[in-house]
Formats: sequence, structure tokens, C-alpha cells
Amino acid sequence: MPDVPTMNIEEPRLQQRRVWLFGDAVNTDDILPGKYAPFMVGEDRFHRFAFAHLRPEFAAEVRPGDLLVGGRNWGLGSSREYAVQALKELEVGAVIARSFARIHFRNLLNLGIPAFTSDTVPAGLADGDLVEFDMARGVLTRSGERFELDPPPIFLQEALAEGSILDYYRKHRRLPGEKPAS
Amino acid sequence: MIDLRGLTLAEKILSVKAARRLRAGDLAVVEVDQVMVVDSVAPAVMRVIDRLGGEIRHPERVTVVVDHVSPASNVEVATSQKSVREYARRHGLRLFDVGRGICHQVLIEEGLARPGTLVLGADSHSTTYGAVCAFGTGMGATDIALAATSGRTWLRVPATVRVSLQGRRPSAVGAKDVALEVVRRLGADGATYAAIEYHGAEAWPLSERMTLANMGVEAGAKCALVPPAPTSEQGSDVPEWLRVDQEAEYASVLELDLTMLTPRLAAPAQVDNVHGADEFSEIRVDQVFIGTCTNGRLDDLHVAADILRGRRVAEGTRLLIVPASSEVLQAAVDDGTMATLLAAGATFGTPGCGPCMGRHMGVLAPGEVCLSTGNRNFLGRMGSPDASVYLAGPAVAAATALNGRITVPAETLAGNETGGSGTVEPVIGHA
Repeated sequence: MPDVPTMNIEEPRLQQRRVWLFGDAVNTDDILPGKYAPFMVGEDRFHRFAFAHLRPEFAAEVRPGDLLVGGRNWGLGSSREYAVQALKELEVGAVIARSFARIHFRNLLNLGIPAFTSDTVPAGLADGDLVEFDMARGVLTRSGERFELDPPPIFLQEALAEGSILDYYRKHRRLPGEKPAS
Repeated sequence: MIDLRGLTLAEKILSVKAARRLRAGDLAVVEVDQVMVVDSVAPAVMRVIDRLGGEIRHPERVTVVVDHVSPASNVEVATSQKSVREYARRHGLRLFDVGRGICHQVLIEEGLARPGTLVLGADSHSTTYGAVCAFGTGMGATDIALAATSGRTWLRVPATVRVSLQGRRPSAVGAKDVALEVVRRLGADGATYAAIEYHGAEAWPLSERMTLANMGVEAGAKCALVPPAPTSEQGSDVPEWLRVDQEAEYASVLELDLTMLTPRLAAPAQVDNVHGADEFSEIRVDQVFIGTCTNGRLDDLHVAADILRGRRVAEGTRLLIVPASSEVLQAAVDDGTMATLLAAGATFGTPGCGPCMGRHMGVLAPGEVCLSTGNRNFLGRMGSPDASVYLAGPAVAAATALNGRITVPAETLAGNETGGSGTVEPVIGHA
């Protein structure tokens, strides 16, 4: 036996995350009502109004890493990125939904909140469930029960490998998929 | 020249911008013609641009509009807008300040959104630019900042849903009624990630094309294009290649017969919750709001004025009117429309977004009901989450203001023998 410390072959214990289950068509006014935009109430306070109308207890009770799970057309409505910024401030771990509205989907990925599309997972979870989520593998478990998610597309993986699309641009001075200037 | 044969309008515009032939599903990096930033997200856009090094590739292609809370409603907003003005001045960006109007209206009036161009707006209703067949699409602050810095953006080329408007629309059925019916038929996510091409609206007036394209995003669309009419007011501004191709492939087609359409209404609290407006005649209304990027134009004010002329708004109902721009306001003053509306009991706000987002100039109290010509009726959209918002066109809005209940102007259902309980004559005391 060589002189190396024994490697712990056990996976590090994955964090228990709470599932916040929502229905179909959760819009950006639900996520952050327009009247609580940062330019109206302050950059340091606006996130406290996340889901202020739909689930007033959310901002106080959400814990870092928690998962938001929704139905169809998550994030429809406004282009307001600060709706995602509020979730970022509250350290939401990921959003899983049956489908996403496109502007909001870009905003989630741009600010680095992983977004997963799944037809089956939202139906299998209940509000308040405690789950473990191996995000890199897209595997979610609830008391041993296993759910699998599709990973994000290659283009985005390329960006996310650098941190975010912004980080990618700062490093390469071009967008993912663009040829380097000759 | 790139081979544009067999492409949809969205594919053609993006192909020209990318300088290579693109089809639906392709991922592309493309040149951007105009980047539009509004006051509410400008601070975040500025912050990201600065994080990226502060460079703005083409300052002349960036336009800032102060319209979302305009004029400022509190010290926080005033401070934010002050910094936005200073930033625009320092970087040589085009600035349209308080009172000029709603971003989408202003960009079209100023000729900054033109046929065949790509316009990115920091506002979801940037689909409005499709009224002049510009590929207009909304994005968040980070995407907008990246576009301002690099002059480019990345997009997945959308598949196209063809909406085929057929037959003559009854004279009292407006563009908003058609737009709402399209949203009802497609559903709020029926065009997600897709472009819409509206065939049959080419000859509509610009204001009506704007209403139609504006609401495209309420079906989830990435852009909503009305093909240019060969003899429209756009004239020589239309590039030769920007024509509908008979060989173009569409992901789906929605055919809509306009001849039987009646005034529509979106009931709370989803935009695709669309019904005949005459089904809601029992609903008492506290506030009627005529304005927004959907229906705040001169033609909309004319429709309202024709119904309100010589009459008075119902006791207990407030009628707020916010013209979409200073140009609209000026024209409505010049032709007497404002005087007519004022005499009927309307009150006015500064050209801009007004109370559409529940921030100022007509926020709703718990239990209140608003009939708005806007585009969103989500829970709490215009103030209290216990208020309700109904969406309709300017004719229903004006008739509702007269009766204090949701009302379809009688003449709009002329020829419809069955009528309906909501078809009362829009005269006070005659309900």
C-alpha cells in the first residue's frame, strides 16, 4: 500500500434541498411583481419580494440550494432579468419545469441558475419534498427514488464551462460558437 | 448574395444578418441593428457593460428610453434615472427622456426599427417591431448588455407559425380583438421559441399592425412579423429580398376567419383566458385604462373619442388615458380628440407605460376592477393581488367607461341577431 491517505470513496453527502412546487404558467410578475423592481425599492431589498403575491412566505423560508419546480411555460411575460436576479440573491439552486418561456430561460442561464426541462419530474414531486440533486449528472433522488433530467445543450455547456456566457465573452471576446477573429 | 429561396421571413432576416443561409433550428451569431434599453432595466445593463470592460461597439445603435416609470415616482427611481441619463450622455447613446413616449412607439416613429432589421429590446413587447417587418425580440439585461458591447447576439433561428387571417373583419372589430383571438387559439405558449408571420394583415394601418405584432409575445413568440405590403407607407424602405416566399416551410398554420369575429376580452389572470366581451356585462369596473404599447395610439384614441363624444363617463368609474407618445399626444390635441375625451370626463397621464405594470399613475386597490387596453392581466399586475384586470380593445374600453360595467358598443354587434346581454347602448342611465 503506497504512502497515500486512504481516499474516501463515498460520494460526499449531497445536500437536502426543498422542492417548491408551482403550477403551469408561472409568470415573471409572479416571480417578482413589477412594483418591487430593484430600481423602485432598492438593489438591496427587491429580492425579498420574490413571489410576494403568489407565495408570500417564499422569500423568508427559501433556503440556499432549494429547487423551484413548475409546469408548462415557466417564466412567461416580461423580459425583466431582475426576476431571475431575485432568485439568484435568494440562492435558488435550480429551476425544473415542463417548459420555459424563452426570454426567461435565457435570463436563467445568463445569471447562472441551471434550468432543466422535464415532462415527468415535475409530476413526480410534491411541494415540500426533500430531495438530493446531483446537478452535473442531472440526477435527482427522493428517499432513494431516482429521477433523471436532460443536461443543457452543448452551446450552453461551452458557456457554462467558463462560468457563464458573460465569463465566456470576457475571456474569449467572442460568443460561444463564434469563430475566433483571424 | 446569400441564397434566400424557400426561407421564412425570420430565416431571411437572420440569414442576411449572419451573412449565411440559416434555417429554423440553426444556432447563429448575428449583427444587431438596434439595441433598445428602458429605464427599469438600464441600471443592470450598465452594470454588465461595465463588468465587460465598458466598451460599447456602436453607440449610435443603442437607444435608451425613459418610459416605464415616467416621470419618476419616488427618490429611488429618480436617482436611478439620473444615473441612466448621465451614462447615456457619457457614452453618446441616443436618449428619449420623460414624456417622449413608450419605447416601441418611439423607435418606430423615429425610424429606428425598419423593415428587415434586427432590433433587440430590453422589453418583451419588442415583437412590436414586426409591424414594420423588423425582427424585434425581447431579451434580459445581460443579453442586451452583451449585444451593446459586442454589436452581436446569439439566437436559435425560430421555426415559424403562419397565422392566416381570412375574410373581412367587421368594421367594429379591432386589431386588439384579432390579437386576443390569436392568443386564445395559440395559447400562451403556442408560439414559444417560434416566429409568427401574420398573413392577411399586410394592408392594415401601421397602428393596427403594431397591436397585432405587440401581442405576439403573449403567445410566447420570439418575433411577430407582418409581411410588408408592396404599396404600403413603408415604400422604398423595404429591401427587395424581404418578401414572403411561397416555398417557405412553416411549423404550423393557424387559419382565422375574421368575418364572424366579435369583440374579445381577456379575463383575469392569464392573457389567453379570452372570451367574447359581451359575456361580462355584469362586471362593474372602477377604472378604465386606455394606453400602452398595445393600444395607446392616435387611432385608438379616435375609436374611444367616437364613442365618448358628447357623453360622460359613469359616476364611480375613472377613465385614465395615457397616449403612447408625445407625437400621438400632439396629434390628438391638434385634431380635437383630447378635447372630446376631456369633455367626456377622461383624465390623462404623461406619454409612457402608465399604470400597466402597477407602478404608478393608477395603481389598483384590493377588490378593484380595471378594464385595460394593455397586454397583461396577471395576478397583481396593476397593483393589489386582490384587484382584477380585464383586457380589451379601445371600443370596449370606452363603452365600459360610459356604463361603469363591461360593455360592448351596440353597433359592434349590428347584424348579430342573437345579440347578448352585454350589448347595451353605451349611454349613461340606459343600462
